[in-house]
Amino acid sequence: MSVLFIALPIAILLAVAAAAGFVWAVRGGQYDDVDTPAVRMLHDDD
Amino acid sequence: MSGGATAPSSRDEPPSRETASAKVSMLCTHCDLPVPKGLVRAGEENQFCCQGCRVAYEVIHECGLDAFYRFRDDDPSDLQPARWSGRRFDEFDDPVFHDLYVSSGETFHSVDLFLEGVHCRACVWLIEKLPLVVDGVVEAKLNLRRSIVHLRWAADRVSLSAIARKLDRLGYTPHPKQGGTEQKLHLKEQRKQFIRIAIAGACAGNVMLISIALYLGMFSGMYHAHAQLLRWAAMGIGLVSLTWPGNLFFRGAWAAIKTRTSHMDLPIALGLSVGGVAGIVNTVLARGEIYWDSLTVLVFLLLVGRWIQFRQQRRADDAVQLLYSLTPRRAKRLSSSGSTNELESDEPWLEVPVEALNIDDLVLVLPGETIPADGFIVTGHTAVDLSLLTGESDPVDVSAGSEVLAGTMNLSAQFRLRVSATGQSTRVGHLMNLVETASLEKTPVVQLADRIGGYFVATVILLALLNLGIWWYIEPSLMIDHTISLLIVACPCALGLATPLAVAVAIGRAARRHVLVRGGEALEQMAKPGMIWLDKTGTLTTGQMSLVQWIGDTTVQQLVHALEKDSTHPIGMAICRGLEEELFLDSADEGRPIDFGSNSPGRLRVSQVRNSPLGGIEGVVESSRVVIGSARFLSSCGIEAGEDSLSEMLELNRQGLTAVLIAVDGQVVAIAACGDPLRTGSKEAVTALKNRGWSVGILSGDHTEVVRRIANHVGVDEAWALGSVTPEQKVEHVRRMQENGPVVMVGDGVNDSAALAAADVGIAVHEGAEVSLATAPVYLARAGLAPIVDLERASRRTMNVIYTNFAVSIGYNLLAVGLAMGGLISPLVAAILMPISSLTVVTLTLATPTFSTGARNQA
Repeated sequence: MSVLFIALPIAILLAVAAAAGFVWAVRGGQYDDVDTPAVRMLHDDD
Repeated sequence: MSGGATAPSSRDEPPSRETASAKVSMLCTHCDLPVPKGLVRAGEENQFCCQGCRVAYEVIHECGLDAFYRFRDDDPSDLQPARWSGRRFDEFDDPVFHDLYVSSGETFHSVDLFLEGVHCRACVWLIEKLPLVVDGVVEAKLNLRRSIVHLRWAADRVSLSAIARKLDRLGYTPHPKQGGTEQKLHLKEQRKQFIRIAIAGACAGNVMLISIALYLGMFSGMYHAHAQLLRWAAMGIGLVSLTWPGNLFFRGAWAAIKTRTSHMDLPIALGLSVGGVAGIVNTVLARGEIYWDSLTVLVFLLLVGRWIQFRQQRRADDAVQLLYSLTPRRAKRLSSSGSTNELESDEPWLEVPVEALNIDDLVLVLPGETIPADGFIVTGHTAVDLSLLTGESDPVDVSAGSEVLAGTMNLSAQFRLRVSATGQSTRVGHLMNLVETASLEKTPVVQLADRIGGYFVATVILLALLNLGIWWYIEPSLMIDHTISLLIVACPCALGLATPLAVAVAIGRAARRHVLVRGGEALEQMAKPGMIWLDKTGTLTTGQMSLVQWIGDTTVQQLVHALEKDSTHPIGMAICRGLEEELFLDSADEGRPIDFGSNSPGRLRVSQVRNSPLGGIEGVVESSRVVIGSARFLSSCGIEAGEDSLSEMLELNRQGLTAVLIAVDGQVVAIAACGDPLRTGSKEAVTALKNRGWSVGILSGDHTEVVRRIANHVGVDEAWALGSVTPEQKVEHVRRMQENGPVVMVGDGVNDSAALAAADVGIAVHEGAEVSLATAPVYLARAGLAPIVDLERASRRTMNVIYTNFAVSIGYNLLAVGLAMGGLISPLVAAILMPISSLTVVTLTLATPTFSTGARNQA
């Protein structure tokens, strides 16, 4: 039995968690506007 | 321009340049466009080209937001003067409005408003600084793509109408954002796309990691148990990718089979399903090759290509939404017991929402207001501006009994209106419906990639059968494996990226040259010559009346200018502007501009000014009685024009100009002729288009003789120059020519909007109505017609890039199939070939110039 049998499932779980986080962000409307934030970054104020 | 430019010491000073003839010209501080000489105010640091710009600058400067001009300079994309409507926006405080559009919290309300005039990135910065400008506004977030600002404000500190007025002063006229189910659907679809891409990407990344381990194991050996673990893990993740994000392709292929249409999903689904089934079998049976890494990467890349395409799609705006922006929201209803006597100046009226109007209601319309509903004039004599429907802003006389239309502007006097149609039943309401149906009824262009999808899959299946045959003959045990690998590597990855990439790059480059294209179909349609219809007023011509000729005594020019200074009549304004140019020229030797400001000592005293709907103006200027107008108006003032003058007027009219007589102290002393000049470059653009094989025509609401004259000047065949065309007829002409091939329509006004929607490519011109911008897939952010020629050239180049990409992709596929037939394909080889083919397509697309290389960075 090598560590791979534990490490691989954990790695997959991590990936699932990341994907779930992304899905949550999209459903919350955070990705509704992908153009304006790119422009806002150029505004150098406080 | 020769000479050097004096460097400004602070940002606020406009740069002044010396011209060859020593005239001093200024640039507007706000919009960077030239200031008409007559508006130059001597001794002031900042000069402005119009009241809108002056007002906007004042607001910006008061709040200390001058950094806006720094941002604007970094991105001079679409220079336009600020438009200030001057409306009061009282309806924004109406409870009905709040019910419809405002979300109310306990202390804070929020609303989404559509803003006109959002054209540049600096606008984002300025609008989001609104909390600094208006006390009480908590947050303002702008969506640049849709021009919609999300506002949150404290209801007890400021009213929405005050916020709206401030936005208007800054140059961004606000309108309520109409919900629109289409927009909601688009948003939902976009979210689904993001999630699909994310899952596909996660699966592809993880499967690739697993595959690296398996490939290394191929060379140096691997424990069987580990290999099994990895293969089962790869299968698990691969199946997730195929069944969730990849599902799209199977559904698309199934729909294509059921309807017997050709679609790119067919070969993709074939490759994916063969790969999937073979992968499952081989993993369970612990034998043979698996291709999960190629399959998952394929799914991911193709979804990215789909998303690029999706972003380019335009949505047709609701007809209702367009209508709302054109007609007023409120009307002044009179009590129905109002008699048909002459108007009393303080007749009681009630301000009601325009939705509350009924047929046969009596409505009062003041001068300067937009007419709220279709109807007939009961009492009153005025002039109206029909440019909404004809494109011509010449005032039209109307009186009791005349029909007037919703959305047109009342110019000179108030009148009583009896309503005959409201809302969507009005002429303009029907027109907006026509805009919507015209854009929906257009036959959709079938993508080139989809068209060859059917042939592609048929060819692949044939080759697979051939391969089966060959290997059955040579070595039957390898037959299945080699055929499976063939079907997988034949899957078109680069092909799915070829078109969206080329279109996206072309659109980006076009945007940098100030041609905004929404949708790849526009590029495809413009690549082959067809029919192009041009609107006249505002498109071929500048759309503004200007003084063309002055016949007679020039010493009276100062008097005339003083009288016309505050006129809002198009001819009056044209004379005023034209004289400012001439008078300024006369004093150029003195080296300083004439100060026309109201407090200047040089200004002439004007009194007893009377504007008449009969077509004229009279007044007393420094003790001289000046009368300007038509011959009919002059005789009504007791002045008879002589034979010479009258025949001059006739001659000028024959030339298509509008002429007015000028009489001082009872004597006709001069004639001023006004006309609408051609935009510079119109003639060259038409010639260039005709040389490239396009048929060019003119569709205009103006009189046929005027249109014919313009056609002669520009080089359009008289047979193709059509005048007195209604907006509905424009659509018919577009549709009629569509039988012969693609039709392009170029226009600027509301009266062009339905034709723009119906045409294969609608092009809205600089400074056009917002409605045109919403319905046309192409918007020229520079003045003039030259961008159309550029766009046509770019479209051809883009189509060439697409064809080249196709050739390269198919070349790779053939190579891969050849290798498969030779038994040389393994998962490793497939995994290398696919990204190389995609990279090649990407590199080719970016390296090929879309517009001429030399001018790539031209503003």
